[in-house]
Amino acid sequence: MHALHDTWVMAKRSLRHTIRSMDTIITVAATPIAMMLLFVYVFGGSFGSAFEAGTVKYIDFIVPGIVAMTVVSGIAYAALRLNIDLQKGIINRFKTMPVAPSSILGGHAVSSVLSNLFSVLLVILVAFIAGFRPHAGVEEWFLFGGLLTLFTLAMTWMAIMFGMLAKTAEGAGSFSYLVLLLIFISSAFTPTEGMNPVVRVFAEHQPMTPIVETMRSLLTNGSAGDSMWLAIFWCTALLIFSYVFALKVYKKRTV
Amino acid sequence: MEKQSTAITVSKLQKSYKKVTVLRDVSFSVQKGTIFALLGSNGAGKTTIINILTTLLNADSGTAMVHSFNVESQPEKVRNHISLTGQFAAVDDVLTARENLVLIGELRHASDPARTAEALLKQFDLTDAADRRTLTFSGGMSRRLDIAMSLIGSPSIIFFDEPTTGLDPQSRNSMWETIKSLAKSGTTVFLTTQYLEEADQLADKIAILHQGKIAVEGTADELKKLLPRGQVELRFYTKKQLDTAATLLKDYELAQTNETLSLIVTTGDGVAQLTRLLAQLEAANIEIAEFAQKVPTLDDVFLKIINENEETK
Repeated sequence: MHALHDTWVMAKRSLRHTIRSMDTIITVAATPIAMMLLFVYVFGGSFGSAFEAGTVKYIDFIVPGIVAMTVVSGIAYAALRLNIDLQKGIINRFKTMPVAPSSILGGHAVSSVLSNLFSVLLVILVAFIAGFRPHAGVEEWFLFGGLLTLFTLAMTWMAIMFGMLAKTAEGAGSFSYLVLLLIFISSAFTPTEGMNPVVRVFAEHQPMTPIVETMRSLLTNGSAGDSMWLAIFWCTALLIFSYVFALKVYKKRTV
Repeated sequence: MEKQSTAITVSKLQKSYKKVTVLRDVSFSVQKGTIFALLGSNGAGKTTIINILTTLLNADSGTAMVHSFNVESQPEKVRNHISLTGQFAAVDDVLTARENLVLIGELRHASDPARTAEALLKQFDLTDAADRRTLTFSGGMSRRLDIAMSLIGSPSIIFFDEPTTGLDPQSRNSMWETIKSLAKSGTTVFLTTQYLEEADQLADKIAILHQGKIAVEGTADELKKLLPRGQVELRFYTKKQLDTAATLLKDYELAQTNETLSLIVTTGDGVAQLTRLLAQLEAANIEIAEFAQKVPTLDDVFLKIINENEETK
C-alpha cells in the first residue's frame, strides 16, 4: 500500500514534467507519423504495389511497426528524465526519505507508459485519416491494447535501466536508436522473405518480429496468430530483467 | 540528562573509493538538540560522512548510529528521523514552489500536505513566488525552498552539507538564523563547512576532519586556544639589524629567516604587547623595512595540528 501510494505520488510528479513539455509528446508522435506518410505516399508506389496485389494494404501492414517505433522513440525521454534526476540533488533527497525505492523509478515508468500510449493514440488517429482500415473486433482491440501496454512497460523499464547506467543525459537516450534498428531489421516494414539469408535468420529470431506480427495479426486478421505467446514471453522476459537490474543499479548508485 | 542524549554516534568509520582512502578512522558523537559542525578543506571527506549518515552510502567498516538505529542495517528507520539539505538545492525546477512542498508532504505522509505547504511558504517568505516554477528562482530563493522542504515531517536531525557555499552575504546570514532557530526548537543540526567563521558562529561543537581522521574536536573556544597566537613578521635591511633584533627580542617565540632578512615574532593577542615590541626596536635604533601582521587561518589550525601530531610520535 505504502509503495503504491508513493509510486502514484512520484508518477504525478513525472506526469507534470511530461505535460509541461507537451512538445516532447508531439515530437515522439511526429517522427513515426512522418515515416508512415513517407512509406505510404512516397515509397508506397513501388513498395506498396507488391502488397496491393495481395490481400493486405501497405498501410495496414506497416501500422504495427510504426506503433512500435513510436513507443521506442518515446521511452528515450524516460531515460533522459531519470538521468537528469540523477544528476541533480533531488534523487538524494528522495533516497534519504522513507520512500519505497521501487516507487521512485516506478513513478517514471507509470508516466512514461501513459504518455507513450497517448502518442500511439495520435499516430493511430493519423493512420485512420491516411486510410488505415483494421479488421479487429472488440476482443482483438482489447488484446492489442494489452500487448501494447506490456511492450511499452518492458521498453520503459529497459529505458530506465539504461538511464541508470548512463553517465550523461545525452547517453541515456541513445540506446533507443539501437532498438529502432531492431524494428527495421524485423518484419515491421517488409516481409522477411525478401531479406538476405543471414539477415533473415536474425530478423525471424529477434523479439521485434513476433511482437510486431502479433499486433498486425490482431489488427488485420482479427486473430492473435501463432506468435502471440512468443511476443508475450519476450516482453515479460525483458520487463523482468530490466526491472531487477535497474533496481539493483539504483540501490548501488550514489550522488 | 545522560540518558538517550546522543543523536548520532560514529565509531571507527572507514571508507575508500577504489584506491583512494577517504576516511581512515572517524569517530565522534553528536548530542541531541545541538549544532555540530564538521570542518574540513575541499575533498577532506565531509560529504562522504554525510552520505553515510543519511543512508546514501555504506561504509567499508565501522558503525554509524542515528538515534538507536544502525544506518546500514536499519536504513528505513533512520530515514524516518532525518532530512538532508545537500550541497546543491534539491528542488524540482519544473514544478512550482508549492508543488515541490506538496510533493514532499505527500511522500512524508503529512496529514494535510496543502496546509503544511502554505505555512512553510509563509515562514520562508515565498508566498508571492509560490506558484512560479522554481527554474526562475534566484539561488537564495531556491535555498530557502530547499530548507522548507527539509523541514516537512519535522525530522529530529537535519543534515546540511556546506549550506552557505555560493550564497551572497545576506542569504548566508539568513541561513545562519534559520539554523540557529532550528536548534533552539530542539532539532539536532549536523553541518559541514569549509569556513572556520561559520563553525564559530553556529556550532556548539566543532570537529576538524583532516587526512581521514578527526584531528581535533571541541567547542569553538577550545579550538581557538589551539590557534597560533598573534604573529607579526618583521623585515630588516641588513643581516646585522636582523641579528640585533633577534637578540633584543629573545624573550619572544621567534622564527628567523636569514635569506629574506625576516623575523616572525609571536606576540600574543594584546595590542599593548605589540606596541611594546615596536618601542623596543625603536629605542635600539633598528629600522624596520617591512611590517606585516599574520592573521591565523584554518590552514594554520591544520598546520598546527599536523605539527603537534608529528611531535607526539
